[in-house]
Amino acid sequence: MPTKNFNKTPYALTAPGVLFFTALLGAPVVMTFVLSLHSYDFTTGIQSDWTLANYADVLGDSYFHKIFARTFGLGLLVTAICVLIGVPEAYVLSRLSSRWRSIFLLVVLGPLLISVVVRTLGWALLFGGNGILTMIAQALGFSDEPVSLMFTFTGMTIALVHVLVPFMVISVWASLQKIDPQSEDAALSLGASKFTVLRRITLPQAMPGILSGSIIVFALTASAFATPAIIGGRRMKVVATAAYDEYLSTLNWPLGATIAVLLLLANIVIIVSFNKLIERRYAKVFE
Amino acid sequence: MRKLGPVALIFHTLFVIFILAPLAMVIAVSFTDKGYLSLPTDGLSLRWFYAILDNPSFIDAFWMSVWLAFISASIAVIIAVPAALAIARAKFAGRDVIAAFLLSPLMIPHLVLGVAFLQFYSRIGLGGSFYGLAAAHVILVTPYALRLALASATGLSTDAEHAALTLGANKFVVFRKITLPLILPGVAGGWLLSFITSFDELTMSVFVASPTTQTLPVRMYHHITQTIDPLIASVSTVLIVLTFALMMILDRFYGLDKVFVGKG
Repeated sequence: MPTKNFNKTPYALTAPGVLFFTALLGAPVVMTFVLSLHSYDFTTGIQSDWTLANYADVLGDSYFHKIFARTFGLGLLVTAICVLIGVPEAYVLSRLSSRWRSIFLLVVLGPLLISVVVRTLGWALLFGGNGILTMIAQALGFSDEPVSLMFTFTGMTIALVHVLVPFMVISVWASLQKIDPQSEDAALSLGASKFTVLRRITLPQAMPGILSGSIIVFALTASAFATPAIIGGRRMKVVATAAYDEYLSTLNWPLGATIAVLLLLANIVIIVSFNKLIERRYAKVFE
Repeated sequence: MRKLGPVALIFHTLFVIFILAPLAMVIAVSFTDKGYLSLPTDGLSLRWFYAILDNPSFIDAFWMSVWLAFISASIAVIIAVPAALAIARAKFAGRDVIAAFLLSPLMIPHLVLGVAFLQFYSRIGLGGSFYGLAAAHVILVTPYALRLALASATGLSTDAEHAALTLGANKFVVFRKITLPLILPGVAGGWLLSFITSFDELTMSVFVASPTTQTLPVRMYHHITQTIDPLIASVSTVLIVLTFALMMILDRFYGLDKVFVGKG
């Protein structure tokens, strides 16, 4: 592109996207924020007043405290398990021969493209009262009763780890790709043990991937809907399913909007501060 | 390449079993010959696949999803390609802000998008319409199309384009004959990833879709919350097979690992 003093071309090229997004993303998000500032009356509907009462309601209600705490705890637990099993798997993948690697990358990453509803259904079938879990438990003599993980926190955790662990694997795998294998060979030839190499050479360089994988997994867990709705059901509500109920069952839209705004703010704060942290600590790795 | 120890291989095997178990379970249940949820222990049967044909609501929802994903992926690419060329190749005031704005849906939980669109559309009179749903999906998938287009447009040499311009080709010809072919893998990969993302989307669509614009994931979700039966397993099996086919194409075009790096 020939450069002039002021070139209009880039603005013309980005204009369709910017206009479309302003009208159809900016406006709805702003309106949701505005809605959260109106109060709601069960007989006359949405009022035209301005108030922070919805925020006071959500932040002061022990029912919502429990839901927010459960969602946060679920996010931490799922993230921790994803680190625990996703990081070693990424390491194994990076060590496989290229033939096997491309096959197993497909196996590990492929499920990301399969609808979350389908993957969660698989866990519902495994967890249900007459599922595999019961058969195994009965065959091993652990229990004569049907074993069910449906509508439990444990069940929700396992299913969400399954849904989200590929993000951890790919994120760590990407940063392992950047490691110069010679630095490991150098350490080995200088007499370092395999464990030392792993701890002092490989792991530090994989750290940016582990951190960015963690942030993705945490953010997606905190706002997950399908898996908690199907496995957790009404008994194990999280933020997303609670907002869904406010909107479509209780029809208290301002309160639902308030939950959505809080979820969005929490998400942005966590992602932005985490990114800052990663950039500051690992600026060199990214160069 | 150092060899992996037995512990690593056992771990790897268990991990792969964990990943595949729920999908294998869905597929196994869909072949049952019983009228209820069970594993096909007494022989395989296709009765639940034939049963899909007797449930036009699933078939209608399937075509709705295909059509919706086709339209939204196509519009997303039309928006994303020019924007990607500008962002990747020109320096201009506000470039970073525009890029961040067009990628921002990646950072917004789908639930928030769903809530925002539900209320916005009911206010402007588009509630429950196909156009509203399609526009929402365009917003959702444009970042994916943009990211892949950006990746292929970044660092692209302008020499061939300059040569063509000097030789008298007009800008449109240069774009069609030189620029587009050079970034085609990114554009095609972006379209396919957008298509799949739109096709799979549940959380936002569950708010925006009306009974007349139900997508397949929404239809399946409502079915599962009522009852889990072999029918939903056979529908899922069909989806797994179709997704797997698309995945192989995407892998050929672009490389599956490259598609997902940084996806959030």
